[in-house]
Amino acid sequence: MEGSPKTPTVNFNEESGVLEVRGRSIPENSVEFYKPLNEWVESYGQSPKSVTTFDVKLEYFNTSSSKCILDLFKLLENLDGNNTEVKVNWYFEEDDEDMEEAGEDYQAIINLPFKMIEVEEI
Amino acid sequence: MERDHTMLSFKGVVTPDLLTSVLQIMESKLNHVEKSNKTKKKVYNVLVECLQNLYHHNEDIHGKDEGISFLFSKSALLMISKNDDHYEVKTGNYILKENTKNLQGKLDNINELSKDELRELYKATLNDGKVSSKGTAGLGMIDIARKSGNKLEYSFLPVDKKYDFFCLNVKIN
Repeated sequence: MEGSPKTPTVNFNEESGVLEVRGRSIPENSVEFYKPLNEWVESYGQSPKSVTTFDVKLEYFNTSSSKCILDLFKLLENLDGNNTEVKVNWYFEEDDEDMEEAGEDYQAIINLPFKMIEVEEI
Repeated sequence: MERDHTMLSFKGVVTPDLLTSVLQIMESKLNHVEKSNKTKKKVYNVLVECLQNLYHHNEDIHGKDEGISFLFSKSALLMISKNDDHYEVKTGNYILKENTKNLQGKLDNINELSKDELRELYKATLNDGKVSSKGTAGLGMIDIARKSGNKLEYSFLPVDKKYDFFCLNVKIN
């Protein structure tokens, strides 16, 4: 899915088991936007790769997206251990404490290994 | 407006298209005037939440011409200004009197919390599983307070027997 001014670019490579969400996520109706993502993850979960990677490269997201992102994490948490090992890479831009904290908040709630990765620009 | 360092002001009904336009204008303006990426993002973030509050709130207003007209009650105010050492995002919108007490309680609670306590409240609210049909999750004001790093200034002005006018002033530095 290509990004828009309000929604992120989403790449889901079922061959490599890599799901990438990149850009910004500020739609008015996040539930609608994230629904197909949840469905992809669920269908991928039927026959997953041995390693599943979730790359989160968000510049920022609104609070309505934050709930949907949590739901996505929970789906991945359920997949973990069922024929796949799920890993999360949380990217944030240099000095962006808010996004770093947001990643840590998810890390505290979700039982998956998180790698926090600081980059110059997302 | 020049003297007040207003960057943008708006009065009217908040639609998704308007929201997009305001965000685009503000992003371009911020790119010109603000050097710190961090501040730029904070202002943008607060603005996103404030605008979405205005937008979603509109859906709560139903009714006919009782006192103020329907359209009037749906319109909102927005003003963004840059001062020497901080930005201000001000919003104003009509609110049903029956919702005033609840919102006031929520804001007072947020204002009593420290930075770390706000973070804990955010996490707890995020994880409690409740989400409205609009996809809002009661996180907006907490997030605004976290990002701004300041207390939320607010007031409720009585309009008529049905509505109050809710003013929010968020300082970001």
